[in-house]
Amino acid sequence: MDFYRIAWLIPILPLIGSFLVLFIGKRTPGRGAPIAILGVAASLLLSLGVFFEMIGGRGVYEREWHWLSIGPAELGIGVRVDGLASVMFVVVTVVSLAVHVYSMGYMHGDKRYTWYFAALSLFTGSMLNLVVAPNLIQLLVGWELVGICSYLLIGHWWEEKANSDAAIKAFITTKSGDVGFVLGVALLFGATHTFNMREIQELAVAGEIPRALVTAGAVLLFFGAIGKSAQFPLHVWLPDAMAGPTPVSALIHAATMVTAGVYMVARLFELFASSGAALKEVALVGAVTMLIAALLAMVQDDIKKVLAYSTISQLAYMMAGVGLGGPAAGVFHLYTQGFTKSLLFLGAGSLIHAVHSNNLSEMGGLRRVMPVTYATFLVGTLGMAGIPPLASFWSKDEIIGAAARAGGGVGQVVFVAAVVTAFLTAFYMGRALFLAFEGEYRGHGHPEESPPVMTGPLVVLAVLAAVAGLVGAPFVGAFSRWLEGAGAEAHPVEPGVLALSVGVAVLGLLAAWRVYGRGAPARDPTLSLGFLTRVLVNKYYLDDLYLKGIVRPVQYPVARAVYWTNQRILDGAVNGAAILARVFSRFLYDTVDQLGVDGAVNGAGRLVGGLGRALRALQWGRVQRYAAAALAGAAVLALLALLKV
Amino acid sequence: MSLPLHFPLVLAAALFALGAYAVVARRNGVLVLMGVELMLNAVNLNLVSFWAYLRDSLLAGQVFALFVVAVAAAEVGVGLAIVILLFRTRETASFEEADLFRW
Amino acid sequence: MWIERWALTLAVVVPLVGAGVVALLPREREALAKGMGVVVSGVALLFGLLALTRYDFSLGGMQLELKLPWIRTVGASYHVGVDGISLPLFVLTLLLTFLCAVYTLRWMPEGGSAKAFTALVLLLETGMAGTFIALDLILFFVFWELVLVPMYFLIAIWGMENRVYAAIKFFLYTVFGSVFMLLGFLALYFRASPHTFDVVELVRMGSSGAFPRAFQNLVFLGLFLGFAIKVPMWPFHTWLPDAHTEAPTVGSVLLAGILLKMGTYGFVRLALPILPEASRDWAPLIGVLAAIAIVYGALCCLAQRDLKRLIAFSSVGHMGFVMLGISTLSRVGVNAAVYGMVAHGVITGMLFFLAGSIKDRYHVREIQEIGGGMLAKLPYLGGVLAYAAIASLGLPGLAGFWGEVFSLLAAFNPAPGLPLGLYRGLAVAGAVGTVLTAGYFLWMLQRVNLGSVPERWIAKPMPDVVLTEWVAWAPLLVLILALGVYPVLVFGVTNPAVTTFLALGR
Repeated sequence: MDFYRIAWLIPILPLIGSFLVLFIGKRTPGRGAPIAILGVAASLLLSLGVFFEMIGGRGVYEREWHWLSIGPAELGIGVRVDGLASVMFVVVTVVSLAVHVYSMGYMHGDKRYTWYFAALSLFTGSMLNLVVAPNLIQLLVGWELVGICSYLLIGHWWEEKANSDAAIKAFITTKSGDVGFVLGVALLFGATHTFNMREIQELAVAGEIPRALVTAGAVLLFFGAIGKSAQFPLHVWLPDAMAGPTPVSALIHAATMVTAGVYMVARLFELFASSGAALKEVALVGAVTMLIAALLAMVQDDIKKVLAYSTISQLAYMMAGVGLGGPAAGVFHLYTQGFTKSLLFLGAGSLIHAVHSNNLSEMGGLRRVMPVTYATFLVGTLGMAGIPPLASFWSKDEIIGAAARAGGGVGQVVFVAAVVTAFLTAFYMGRALFLAFEGEYRGHGHPEESPPVMTGPLVVLAVLAAVAGLVGAPFVGAFSRWLEGAGAEAHPVEPGVLALSVGVAVLGLLAAWRVYGRGAPARDPTLSLGFLTRVLVNKYYLDDLYLKGIVRPVQYPVARAVYWTNQRILDGAVNGAAILARVFSRFLYDTVDQLGVDGAVNGAGRLVGGLGRALRALQWGRVQRYAAAALAGAAVLALLALLKV
Repeated sequence: MSLPLHFPLVLAAALFALGAYAVVARRNGVLVLMGVELMLNAVNLNLVSFWAYLRDSLLAGQVFALFVVAVAAAEVGVGLAIVILLFRTRETASFEEADLFRW
Repeated sequence: MWIERWALTLAVVVPLVGAGVVALLPREREALAKGMGVVVSGVALLFGLLALTRYDFSLGGMQLELKLPWIRTVGASYHVGVDGISLPLFVLTLLLTFLCAVYTLRWMPEGGSAKAFTALVLLLETGMAGTFIALDLILFFVFWELVLVPMYFLIAIWGMENRVYAAIKFFLYTVFGSVFMLLGFLALYFRASPHTFDVVELVRMGSSGAFPRAFQNLVFLGLFLGFAIKVPMWPFHTWLPDAHTEAPTVGSVLLAGILLKMGTYGFVRLALPILPEASRDWAPLIGVLAAIAIVYGALCCLAQRDLKRLIAFSSVGHMGFVMLGISTLSRVGVNAAVYGMVAHGVITGMLFFLAGSIKDRYHVREIQEIGGGMLAKLPYLGGVLAYAAIASLGLPGLAGFWGEVFSLLAAFNPAPGLPLGLYRGLAVAGAVGTVLTAGYFLWMLQRVNLGSVPERWIAKPMPDVVLTEWVAWAPLLVLILALGVYPVLVFGVTNPAVTTFLALGR
């Protein structure tokens, strides 16, 4: 079967599923969930088909159907299937299917259960459309659609204002990045007169576009990625986005949507590469973000926030990987993280489901009660920390190795940041693991293991998180061949880097074990660092800066001032003109018209009236007098006539 | 031998003056109408006399006289009707009383 | 075939005759009057659709033309026809009026008799539809002015508390502009040789350089004042929020959905092709005003407490995108502008329907008073509101997206000869405007739709969306999705036309 040719079905099937769920879901058994799952599962099968064809050595398949012509702009709709897309297909559909199934348990009894599944499937379809897009506009369509799905799902429990606040924050923050993205699309279109990404990149590589424009376009597009992938300084929305249901966090805010930025940079890698500056910027933004997010993760009590900051940090790793090591390095981490992070989120969801709280301070000692959750969470934690041979180890090592190889100022900065972050990651993941599962239970009620519909996906993802990395291990090297073509060489294992990265990971875990291994210490050392803790707890005051510096001023004083201007000045001018016109016309009426013009008219009337009154005396009303007058007149005339003669 | 022209003219002038007096001075409507009649007939007499004197081929004097007779008949008809209506509404035939047109 | 010649005219005349007939009905027969309104506007819509079937979508020029002598002494003729720019707007007019008539079946505003209301709406339809097909300046002006009278009465009789002020403001402001427009028309007439009011003739002359540049600029000023007030462009927009806030629901729908487009349509149909050089001189100014309108409109929306007024101000911003597209003088920009007009007509028309229906349930319009939780109290109404608001903020897959994004794209790459740096700045401003737009719509949704139902509404019985509303809204809801998913519906018609007329100016 030629899966490439029917790859267009991959995004379509979940979309169809979504619409079916939305319109008939409530009346079907299972309240729509089975339809959604069916759509995603079918999509997964096709994705696997595509994936194995790709592994079989099939090259790039691109097909665009004509969709729109607007003047010189020709816009197509179509598919581009290559290594990058096939890997993304698999990541998205596997995680999405796991999340769909898991949600049947997690969301059981929710009052908007059907709607939830419709939105989840809509998200999956949109994300797949983003992946499959051969041109920038189709990419943008998917890009914005996943944004709105994220908004809808973060605010799923909208009865709480905090949740809808978080949803709006997420949407607006990412949309701010999209300003750059849209302008970047416009710029590249202006320079190349095409939206097709392959053509744009070919032109860029051939030097047909001025270097400055390439850099400007790439940087503008990267703004979009900063927003979507929650990179510094637009990362602030992601921790708040944890307000949504946990499976949503696993799917959207860990494995798929947030990776769209990384995916976009990888998809347009040649464009970024033709402008060296843009790629360096990507790497540097990554270096800054990974550190600041990892630091933030250390002071969180909410387990989902720990994972959220960890996501930001790992996305930054991917960015740095793409920036320094090429698409294979970054996307490999995306691929392993997709499984690892969604595993951790679903594990966290399982914990939350059991203890009815997000806070680590209300967990503890759950290892014995929830063995499956514990085992899978452990796999995730070790993977995150970078312990071989788990999947994340290989990809993290690849990025650190790439940074070491890259050298130069940027390479060194990224290398240091990556190693420090690796240590911090191991530490905060260990902290979360131990606080949740070791020591005594500190919460309320009697937690129980989650139902199989939830633990099943955990096990599947745990297996994937454990072994999926082998395809990219240096001694296999398949992954970079998939992404960068057959010519790509696997980088040799560098013992020094390997030792260093494993060393810091073990060190981090040991440090965490020492502090938290026997349950929560009386005083959490991460919270007793004085000034540093204060800065971290307040998230570097960035949220305050944005909220108090931009959002609230725009929302209230600026908006009111503009509106005041509108009412008082612009509308005032209109009303003023009206009032002036009325005052003037009053003067005109009272003085000029009534006294002057009308005076003349009335005067003429009065004159005639007076004359009439005077002459009225002659009006006797007696026929005979008239006759007499007539005769007298005739007599006078006759007399005159006689006298003349 | 024909009658000298001034004979009928003097008679006509006398008749006209008589009629004019009646029209101006009498109060009774019927008498006023009779005065009008007198004046018209004075004119008729004038017309006929001048025709007899001038003898024009179109017979204009006679034709006009006949016209005047016809108009006079109509005038009397309308005039009497007015007088009768006046009498019916005001119970008098005096033109002195009929001054509704005065405003 | 008679359809080719007469379908357009019939679609315009039928409502006029219908208005006369409805006006003669006895006052007590309210249901009959409303029913007549639906039937008459339905017949007009049918003629419009018939015209659609005879339209050749691959051609760019005027089609279905009809030209009859009218006032011979001044050379004005009854000349009508459509091309890809006017056709979508023409059909949208007929559709939207029909839906308004349907909506009125259940939600008849208070203030006057049903028959007068129906007759005025039908008269309005004649004026609006006529404006879009008129190809003679005098005819255009007659239809243009014909619109004012019924709308004035709709606001002044069936409006809210402050209706008389709003109605007079609307009327005078617009008339003020159209006087200058008429002067411009007359100037064109006397300058053209031979003297003519015929748009097609004038376009031919204008594009072949018959009018000197200084003259063009002067005429453009006149037309600009007329059209800019109607659009309305910043800073001529202040009549709009008042008129919208005070107008009855149907009036607001038609005002936002169609009347505003008459201004932008005037720019595209008359100002640009007849006065190509002046357009070039004026375009940067128009672009700047449009960009100001986008950001400014969004900021004003953030400050609104009244739901209907918020939607009214959102029109200022959206029409800013349309004008931004026009000001680029590029094919992409003008296409985006026409698309934006149609999309705005559908979406904002829908939003005003919703504002009316919400008012009918809560009897308040203050966002604070509604207090949230509508999605819980009235799930369907809340869902439709969310759908329309999200469409309006420019989500791809729904109608608002294409006009906005291509307008920005065009602003970033305007026609050659225009100041590139300035336009790129405008594109940035416009893009920032999209963020603010998203901001105020989502904030509005949060305050109206989300959260828990306030105490005072819990016990109050309210009907969710009723059948009449579904019937009146369904076409719009479907169109919003259809235009978003398959934008060729509009672009396919506009592109040949825009290509044709912009090629004339070169």
